[in-house]
Amino acid sequence: MMDLLLGGVCKAGESKKLETGKWRSFRPVVDRNKCIKCGKCADYCPDSCMEIKEDGAEVNLYYCKGCLICIRECPVKAITKEVEEK
Amino acid sequence: MKGKTAILEGSRAVAEAVRACRPDVISVYPITPQTHILEDLARFVSSGQLKSQFVRADSEFSAASIVYGASAAGARAYTASASQGLLLMNEVIYAMASTRLPVVLTAVNRAISAPITIQPDHQDTMSLRDTGALQIHVESLQEAYDAHVQSFRIAEDPEVLLPIFICMDGWVLSHSYEPVTVFPDEAISEFAGTFQPVQKLDPAKPLTYGSYADQDVLMEYRYALMLAQEKAREKIRSVTKEYKEVFGHFDGDLIDTHRTEDAEIILVAMGSMVSTIRAAVDELRAEGRKVGLVKVRTFRPFPEEEIIKACGKAPLIAVLDKSLSVNTGGILATEIKAAFYGNPVQPVIVPFMAGLGGKEVNRRVIKEIVDIACRAGDKQGPRGDTIWMGLDHGFFS
Repeated sequence: MMDLLLGGVCKAGESKKLETGKWRSFRPVVDRNKCIKCGKCADYCPDSCMEIKEDGAEVNLYYCKGCLICIRECPVKAITKEVEEK
Repeated sequence: MKGKTAILEGSRAVAEAVRACRPDVISVYPITPQTHILEDLARFVSSGQLKSQFVRADSEFSAASIVYGASAAGARAYTASASQGLLLMNEVIYAMASTRLPVVLTAVNRAISAPITIQPDHQDTMSLRDTGALQIHVESLQEAYDAHVQSFRIAEDPEVLLPIFICMDGWVLSHSYEPVTVFPDEAISEFAGTFQPVQKLDPAKPLTYGSYADQDVLMEYRYALMLAQEKAREKIRSVTKEYKEVFGHFDGDLIDTHRTEDAEIILVAMGSMVSTIRAAVDELRAEGRKVGLVKVRTFRPFPEEEIIKACGKAPLIAVLDKSLSVNTGGILATEIKAAFYGNPVQPVIVPFMAGLGGKEVNRRVIKEIVDIACRAGDKQGPRGDTIWMGLDHGFFS
């Protein structure tokens, strides 16, 4: 949880603690066999949740809100969605 | 303390008080009838009489945002506006209150469009009543001066930390001339003290203002505003008391009363109308009529207990409103009725719309209000609906 002070003010960087991944209804799933590591998903992700690792794209599920722009932008259709069940 | 009494314009009286309180940052956008305050302060800054950062803005939204930032950086900040300008500030004022920034704002009350008008009523500040800002309504130029001096201390108190509006009726107060006793800048400055923020923007220790909060704490922050306004009650009492001790002036704390003892009918009102009612009450008393006056000085915090106590056992209360919540009636009257809910003494409360859009409210109108209210027990008398004084019914045929 974010540590908020008087008036909802917080120390700089405090919002790193905010787990926006809890807002997600759908989760992007990367098929590493199809991923060509072009980095388009990382460029388009509004929350900078995509990281291009050696064996393909990796989703940061702590922050990913499930907007699924990555699926739309992937040129090789390496990303699919799964219902988030919590 | 002995002051200097001079014939001043209302706007000038405000500017004199603000200058002596030495705000670090001033940002004001011109709007009738507030502009004279801005012009006077700009003149003080350009002549070197006031060492403030005077920031020109391109709108009221910007002016409010500039003083928001200044206050967050730990500066004593001041702005002023009226009517449409206040509405444009609305979003920023909510943020200011919630992030606990004690900006002082002069609200020169003016009606809201449409049709466009520059006449005075309270619709503008009433539209901002739920922001969390404190609201003090003044009845005279002297009180406008006194209240501004008091305002910085009240708003900046570490237990309060809320923006404060000093509300004064446009023209009737802002542009009229009255004798005003002004005290030496040094004495006022000493009384007003300096702003000691409990937290502020500082590059060495960065903070985020306006951070995110979910359903787990947002309600808690709204409740914190309720607690802060409760603290403001005590602070308003102590600061007005201290002001009286130092400068000899007292215009009321949360309320003021006039001849309420043994009154059989009590008029409740805010702003410049109160002065007119004082005169009318004295005339009616001279005729043997038992009339009294309760002036609501702080609309926020709302002085329920004080009003109930001041009304005592009076069986009849007439509330004079200069603002309207469409379809429910006068806003002050609605809050007064709510205040009396569950009270052992249940007076008949008769709501009047008087002065909306600058409609004339003189002593004759006030006496008419007393007469109408006194018929509340009759079969043909008022039934609890708002009575619109001076309304031209022919207009609708």
